[in-house]
Amino acid sequence: METFLTIVLDGLQFSSYLFIVSAGLTIIFGVMKILNVAHGSFYAWGAYTAAFFIGKFSDMGTPDAFGFLIILAAAIAVGLLLGYAIEQLILKHMYHRDEVLIVLATFGLFLVLEDIILIAFGTDPYFAFQPMALLGSVELGGIVRDVYGLTLIGVATLVAVGCWWLLNKTKWGTLLKAVIYDREMGISMGINVPLVYTMTFIGGAILGGLGGAYIAPTISVAPGLGTEVIVLSFAVVVVGGMGSIAGAAIGSLIIGLLRALAVHELPQVELFVVFAVMAIVLVFRPEGLFAPAKPRKI
Amino acid sequence: MNKGVIAALAVVVVGAVAFMLTGEPPKKEEVKADADAKQLTIAVPSFLTGGAAGPFGIPAMNGAKMVVDAINKGKLPAPYNTAGFGGASASIIELDEGGGATKQVAEYRNLVEKRNVNAIVGYISSGNCQALAPIAEELKQFTIFATCGTPRIFEEAPRKYVFRTMAHATADNTAAAMYVKEQFPNLKGYTGIQQNYAWGQDSWRDFDLTLKQILPAAQASDNVQFPKIFAGQYGSEISAMSLDPAELVHTSFWGGDLEAFIFQGAARGLFKEKTGVLTVGGTAAYRLGKKLPDGLVLGARGPYGILVKDRDSALNQWFINTYKNLYGTFPSGPAYQYGQAILAAKIAYDKAGSDATDEELAAALKGITFESFSTTVEMALGGGHQAITENGYGITKYDEANGENIVTNVKFYPATCVMPPEGENSVDWIKGGMKGAKC
Amino acid sequence: MFGDKTSKFVVLGGLLIILVGSFAPNWIVNQFMFGFSRALAILGLMVLWRTGLVSFGHAFYFGLGAYAVAIFDIKFGVTDVFLRLLAGAFVAGLAGYLLGFIMRNYRDIFFAMLNTAISMVLFGIVVKTEALGSTDGFAISMSTIFGMSPESKYPLFVIITLVGILAALIVNFYLKSTYGRLTTAIRDNEIRVEYLGFSVAHAIHLKYTISTILAGGAGALMAMSLGQVDPESMINWTVSGELVFVTILSGPGNVLAPFIGSLVFEVLRTYAFELAPQAWQLIMGATFLTIIFFLPGGIWSLLEKFGGKKNGK
Repeated sequence: METFLTIVLDGLQFSSYLFIVSAGLTIIFGVMKILNVAHGSFYAWGAYTAAFFIGKFSDMGTPDAFGFLIILAAAIAVGLLLGYAIEQLILKHMYHRDEVLIVLATFGLFLVLEDIILIAFGTDPYFAFQPMALLGSVELGGIVRDVYGLTLIGVATLVAVGCWWLLNKTKWGTLLKAVIYDREMGISMGINVPLVYTMTFIGGAILGGLGGAYIAPTISVAPGLGTEVIVLSFAVVVVGGMGSIAGAAIGSLIIGLLRALAVHELPQVELFVVFAVMAIVLVFRPEGLFAPAKPRKI
Repeated sequence: MNKGVIAALAVVVVGAVAFMLTGEPPKKEEVKADADAKQLTIAVPSFLTGGAAGPFGIPAMNGAKMVVDAINKGKLPAPYNTAGFGGASASIIELDEGGGATKQVAEYRNLVEKRNVNAIVGYISSGNCQALAPIAEELKQFTIFATCGTPRIFEEAPRKYVFRTMAHATADNTAAAMYVKEQFPNLKGYTGIQQNYAWGQDSWRDFDLTLKQILPAAQASDNVQFPKIFAGQYGSEISAMSLDPAELVHTSFWGGDLEAFIFQGAARGLFKEKTGVLTVGGTAAYRLGKKLPDGLVLGARGPYGILVKDRDSALNQWFINTYKNLYGTFPSGPAYQYGQAILAAKIAYDKAGSDATDEELAAALKGITFESFSTTVEMALGGGHQAITENGYGITKYDEANGENIVTNVKFYPATCVMPPEGENSVDWIKGGMKGAKC
Repeated sequence: MFGDKTSKFVVLGGLLIILVGSFAPNWIVNQFMFGFSRALAILGLMVLWRTGLVSFGHAFYFGLGAYAVAIFDIKFGVTDVFLRLLAGAFVAGLAGYLLGFIMRNYRDIFFAMLNTAISMVLFGIVVKTEALGSTDGFAISMSTIFGMSPESKYPLFVIITLVGILAALIVNFYLKSTYGRLTTAIRDNEIRVEYLGFSVAHAIHLKYTISTILAGGAGALMAMSLGQVDPESMINWTVSGELVFVTILSGPGNVLAPFIGSLVFEVLRTYAFELAPQAWQLIMGATFLTIIFFLPGGIWSLLEKFGGKKNGK
């Protein structure tokens, strides 16, 4: 029983991590049909910014709880600045182009931003463990768990609920859904689609930055950070259905729980559980598990 | 033929000609003969980008630069206090070791055939070393591998131009097993977490096999963890290990993964419940400061870094103090390893002369024994091309009084105890009971 | 059949390169070998791109070709250049044919991602398995040609260039044939193609298989040029990304484009490395962006502009 609880908690924790990291990507893809490789850069920049400032403020003697505020601020800052800059300078000019070409452009962007991080922050790692240390640990299921990891589950739930509420209960959400289903119709109905695109991209960027910023206290923020999450978030988005928040959530749950199971029972397959699931889903339901229906156009 | 065809043909021809002209005279030997004999060029490849830059690549490059500079000015302590490499001063070409083996092979050829370097000293990644050893032999280029760990380089084929001035990775884990046996003779179970690639797989294999030989009462866990390299999140793995009855956790993690693992594990009290053995932990010792838990068994891939901080030979103290003054932190393993390789290059040049050919340099370095910054290096394996050194471990402790990490209970094992004898394959040697080991 | 201008060019250009290679310095010959090996894969990707499909996972077949050479070398002692090439192309082509049944039903981003997923599964399997060399990979013995062991890499270079010429000629012929012209037709309007009586699924399957055969052959040649196989250089998604990069860089206009594009890429990477050892990624990324923005037809479109007339279709 203890093992079962542990596996479930591990799975939920990893799923939450996956979801937080890939929520932004799925939104951007759903609305703008862009698979944003530079999403890894939002993650990395969020992590670096948060870690940098947590370290600085901690040196100045501010209480550790302030770290949470910094995380939020870092995510918003990164999303606003970086997201806006990228969308206005590069993406805006490419909407009429082939969607695969846009993916490649974001790949080029990712390479550029990676090196800029090196130039801006250097190769030394940044540590921002204060928030994690602050929350301490708790015993659950017979083993010791860190509370911070459990809060991941809370944050993921918040994000999921927040997105759901935004999409389904606000006017803005309705506009977004309209644009997701049919951009052209949206334009002809008078929706300011360029604005929707810009806001969506910034929103996705903020979520990506939040992923990095919230994870930063648990890791050593070092170069190469962004590369790993890209493939991981792609897998989640593909499994869940591109453009569906519910899909990303379910996708994260499936992958997270399967991976936790693998780690405890069969560590050898852990390495490619993620991609195997991705491949299987692609073969049987290529749109993903929860993709919004797409009418076929002649 | 129309204009388009002519244009394209012209482009091809011009391109090919331009290609050729951008290179320098092709033959390396010619350049050597009429080049200014007082200036040598040494290429130093190291990780300047990516996850390995912080813990390995940059400290390594710093160590190399510091030692080259000191040699040029004749500032090394005796017996190396002559200026220059065989009298000639050397300039460094810094290179990024990243990008994969294909890229590195192309770059290596560029270094040799286009940029005409005199010596190539460096390399951290085993993958690169393996790809490049045959190329070095083919191009007959004097090359010193500084850090890469795989034993296969000299066990696969005899080498004439390639050297490695550091003991290979087998020593890390045989020494770890011996240390564990001495410190925890009643150990009942051990488990591990390794990055799932050659380095991690080999490390676990060597540790596991050795421990089975010398401490058969201890049982390996059946749930050893192999997460993807750079995964960064080890929540599930730590849970699995917490549930595991084994008292010892062995890991060959390095860099960001190691630090993340330490943070996440420490937050969950993993290192209070179990003893951690960190074979490459030395690189994190200075970086983590107070965050490094006490009571960890720490290795530095040999007599380097924090493990030798208190050795008071003139060379060692010079190394530590100069590095600290230049770069603000104490030198870690990679700095020592690259410095050691540069030192070996100096020895070769001093012996053979600054205008020596690659063959003469190779002959000068082959089979020698020399005093390095922190230890004695014997080029005893691989026909005189592979170094053996002692290897050891210590237990971490945070010294409140001085505000820094120290290691206690440091124990080193002689080189002949932890490295296989000449001609024997490392894995077979361990499986066969480590015959011929002189401890 | 081979009388058109492109074919003449391919043969002339190839022979010229071989000539140049005989007195060029070794490092240049090496760049050519790497470039042309890769160009073979790009040729295949170009055929797919004309069909409107971009695969982000062709490193799967590239790697299969390379590892086939390694395994045939170690297990069966095969050292002959042509046998190795055939082994690589065959293994990859077979896999491509089988997987093609699934792949031919996908388009756009799903096609791209499914290929990525499969390539990463292979990557995971190879990295995890010590018997397959894990991340260290294998060294490959020198290739023999009809039983003779050459002293230098030059004969291998000649063979690679000849294979390149042959492949370019064949693909060029294919693209001019009816089935070949279906590439752009499918990209423009699949439904119309179906109404005209052609099976889109069959056509795509065929093109996919062609691209995988070429990618496998490319992997085999690269393995022989490099003398080493490892998953990081041959199966990882970054390799797929590189292949796509060069495909875009070259442009889809002509079978010569992949070869020119590959060489430009090699030069670009070498100089980015030399000039900015810490920032070469930035240079590559910026170049990529620039090409996509300003030169969507790749380098070939630039050459066409200078030529003043479209050159082969």
